[in-house]
Amino acid sequence: MITALWVMIAIAVVLGVVLGYAAIRFRVEGNPLVEKIDAVLPQTQCGQCGYPGCKPYAEAIAKGEADINLCPPGGEEGIHKLAELLGVEPKPFGADRQPRAKAVAFIDEKDCIGCTLCIQACPVDAIAGAAKQMHTIIAAECTGCELCVAPCPVDCISMQPLPERPNTWKWKYPVILLRPQK
Amino acid sequence: MRQLYTFHGGIHPPTNKAQSTTQPIAYAPLPAELVISLHQHAGEVAKPLVEVGERVLKGQLIGAPVSGFSAAIHAPTSGTVAAIGLQIVAHPSSLPELCITLQADGKEEWAARHPVDFRTLSNAELQSHLRAQGVVGLGGAVFPSDMKLRHSIPVETLIMNGAECEPYITCDDMLMRERAAEIVRGTEILRHALNTKSVLFGIEDNKPEAIAAMQQAIDDSSLPFEVVAVPTLYPGGSAKHLIKVLTGLEVPSGKLPTDIGVQCFNVGTAYSVKRACDDGEPLIARVVTVTGNVAQPRNYEALIGTRFAELVSASGALPGTDRYIMGGPMMGLELPGANVPLVKASNCLIAASDALFPPQPAPLPCIRCTRCVGVCPAELQPQDLYWFAQSNNFGKAQEWNLFDCIECGACAYVCPSSIPLVHYYRYAKSEIRARDQEKRAADLARERHEFRQLRIEREKQEKANRLAQKERAATTANAKTVAETASVPTPAKPVVTVDDTQQLRINTALERAKAQATAARPKNTDHLTPEQLAEIAAIEARRSHIHDIAADTGADDEPPKQS
Amino acid sequence: MDIARPWLKHLLNGRIIRPSFFALRRHISSMSEYFLIVIGTVFVNNIVMVKILGLCPFMGVSRKLETSLSMGAATTFVLTIASGSSYLINHYLLGPDLAYLTTLSFIVVIAAIVQFTEMVIKKTSPVLYQVLGIYLPLITTNCAVLGIPLLNVQAKHDFIESLLFGFGGAIGFTLVMVLFAGMRERLEGADVPVIFRGTAIAMVTAGLMSLAFMGFSGLVK
Repeated sequence: MITALWVMIAIAVVLGVVLGYAAIRFRVEGNPLVEKIDAVLPQTQCGQCGYPGCKPYAEAIAKGEADINLCPPGGEEGIHKLAELLGVEPKPFGADRQPRAKAVAFIDEKDCIGCTLCIQACPVDAIAGAAKQMHTIIAAECTGCELCVAPCPVDCISMQPLPERPNTWKWKYPVILLRPQK
Repeated sequence: MRQLYTFHGGIHPPTNKAQSTTQPIAYAPLPAELVISLHQHAGEVAKPLVEVGERVLKGQLIGAPVSGFSAAIHAPTSGTVAAIGLQIVAHPSSLPELCITLQADGKEEWAARHPVDFRTLSNAELQSHLRAQGVVGLGGAVFPSDMKLRHSIPVETLIMNGAECEPYITCDDMLMRERAAEIVRGTEILRHALNTKSVLFGIEDNKPEAIAAMQQAIDDSSLPFEVVAVPTLYPGGSAKHLIKVLTGLEVPSGKLPTDIGVQCFNVGTAYSVKRACDDGEPLIARVVTVTGNVAQPRNYEALIGTRFAELVSASGALPGTDRYIMGGPMMGLELPGANVPLVKASNCLIAASDALFPPQPAPLPCIRCTRCVGVCPAELQPQDLYWFAQSNNFGKAQEWNLFDCIECGACAYVCPSSIPLVHYYRYAKSEIRARDQEKRAADLARERHEFRQLRIEREKQEKANRLAQKERAATTANAKTVAETASVPTPAKPVVTVDDTQQLRINTALERAKAQATAARPKNTDHLTPEQLAEIAAIEARRSHIHDIAADTGADDEPPKQS
Repeated sequence: MDIARPWLKHLLNGRIIRPSFFALRRHISSMSEYFLIVIGTVFVNNIVMVKILGLCPFMGVSRKLETSLSMGAATTFVLTIASGSSYLINHYLLGPDLAYLTTLSFIVVIAAIVQFTEMVIKKTSPVLYQVLGIYLPLITTNCAVLGIPLLNVQAKHDFIESLLFGFGGAIGFTLVMVLFAGMRERLEGADVPVIFRGTAIAMVTAGLMSLAFMGFSGLVK
């Protein structure tokens, strides 16, 4: 009985020493997972996930606090990529968070009063302007996050959906009619 | 006897070329109206240089190249610019592009032509001359020819592509039969520019007359060129495959022929180069085959911008035509209608009917027979690419070298299940390109966002520093005054919240804006004559039209022209 | 206390000090036996397909080819060392008296080896660590990893045979997992009925694979 105890203690001590050494020798700092998740997210910085930007959302996912189906701009594709990265099952979007068509903000220059509230709101600095000067959206940089629409006191910002042009047009998935339509 | 090599796969579809080679090239009748697309080359859209109502001469520059990867557009005939706007062009999306509509005046008045002696020009000078003349590759890919003259290592072999492997197309065949001397001359110019020793003409052996004509022209010119008859095999006219057959060299995936010391030009391009240099004529016309369900299939030399419907009626339209194909039956694209204009890339127009091209049966599941693998000239695995494309597995599709697919259609031709394979590959490629575009945009947005965070932090830091400095100055000043003043109670300041001041500022700004708007509005808008009202309406229409063009072509860097 | 003396005698009998070279020499003549052990454990008595052990990581990690290969490699490392060290502990430390401590000590050893492997993988390849996720520490509870040493005890294998048995078992595990991952990757693109998608069709496929492995039965006694 005591022998058995001694044998087990001996095994435990030896293994403990080995593991202790390994814990120090193979120590790992930081969490590279956050960068990988952030690389997948669309960088719209819109806040629709409930976090103030894409990096905080990535950190929340890495910690396990946030679900992977909270990002509408990423679309279904984004959910699948996150699921693959984290090794979990992909989930569909909730009813309150559905992806919308890509749009670009547009300032109606007749009504703009030059208050700079939208400039302060834009997360990617896509609005050019200064106090009491005309503001305008730099369309090439606008991510369509819609954070500028709410702060505008004169409601002069609208979202214009991007029209399809020959260089942005995509071939459609081949759909074959099994029965010809009458 | 020159040693020829082979490439993997290939098919032998019925050539159907005899119909359109019975008659010589005819000059297409001058149309009343020409629609010249500003995007008929690989690269960026050309910028229009003319205005509506302006009279232009034949060969005048009407569209300027906007970057290194762009080409010039010239007026194909003299006339007046009727409109500059979006028109339906030959694009698979049926979306419109910016086009210049020209009303021909019938005079065919040439602008000043500037021929050059190629012997006096260096490679770079010839490049800028060809760029100014709008010469692009006429083999189908329409790359600006000046770009194809650039090379980093010496070009050992220049190959002239007269293979024309696709069924129905005979424009290069007829061009070689009738204008062999000009082609040889153009080739000499290209050879001089590239400083190449070896020049080979690759012509498929189903064109004996063309081979004989080219050989004759070369003998007459005493130039050391060689005509090589290559075995007829589709797609042997593809540049990479012709290079493989003639030289045994393989152009690596993602690289250009000039990276291995070879360059390949279409014989039609050589003809255009000759016209551009010897005659100073820009690229304003090309030979196009009109065939299929027409009474007289033949080749026409047509002006760029001619509507296809006019060419079809010149050949005699027959009933039963339900669609038009630009290009060949393997790689051509179905046109949104016959009113689409001719572009530099149009080598053939097929009037298709169900009798000519019976509809494919409904596709069945892939049985993995690997017939497609046997015929793929790019040595890919079409059935795996199909599997990944149809399940949207784009990562795997790229791993299986999807972008090396030349979309020749040989796999779909042999598929016993009639699966539209090329359709799937095009879908997958465009999805991958769109995703790459989004990724680039996302990376840029991330950079901007991070810089913005940095900027805000920096501003906060600077503000904090300034406040700290002020406080320090204030405390030293206070220390002095506290000793002097008695304890006087400070009067209570009125509490004004930030929101109130903000709202006050907004209200005053609104008032100011309204006052400015009323000041800017014209005051004498009552009692206007009908003529004045009509003029105002016309001006407003023009302004909104230009605004639309600017919005559609994304002119976020240039203000619309106020006329 | 009553077994203390015989145990000490067994321990100090010089078994630990004098390695059994004689035992080794006795078995060199039967190299073909070793070969048969390996073939037997890889194909005929495949631990996943025939013995139906170790299904948890088999199902969980075989979605992608790369992860199954890495999981197989990790399991091979763990199993081989576990087999060897289990034999040594069982034969020299526990002896015939403390045989009832076999399972307990095996589990402790396996847990330690898996922890070690986890630390090494986390350091060398964080991506792999993330992808393997929970299945890496679950190697500890993998019934195959505990089963093989116990089977070694039951079959009274000696040291070399135990090592080979463990190594062969793990190679068989890796082989089957890689084959299965290949099939699952192709199943990803297939038009599977909705109720079968995911694990269900994977189970059906695994069953069919198991049937196929029945073809090896009787190859090696």
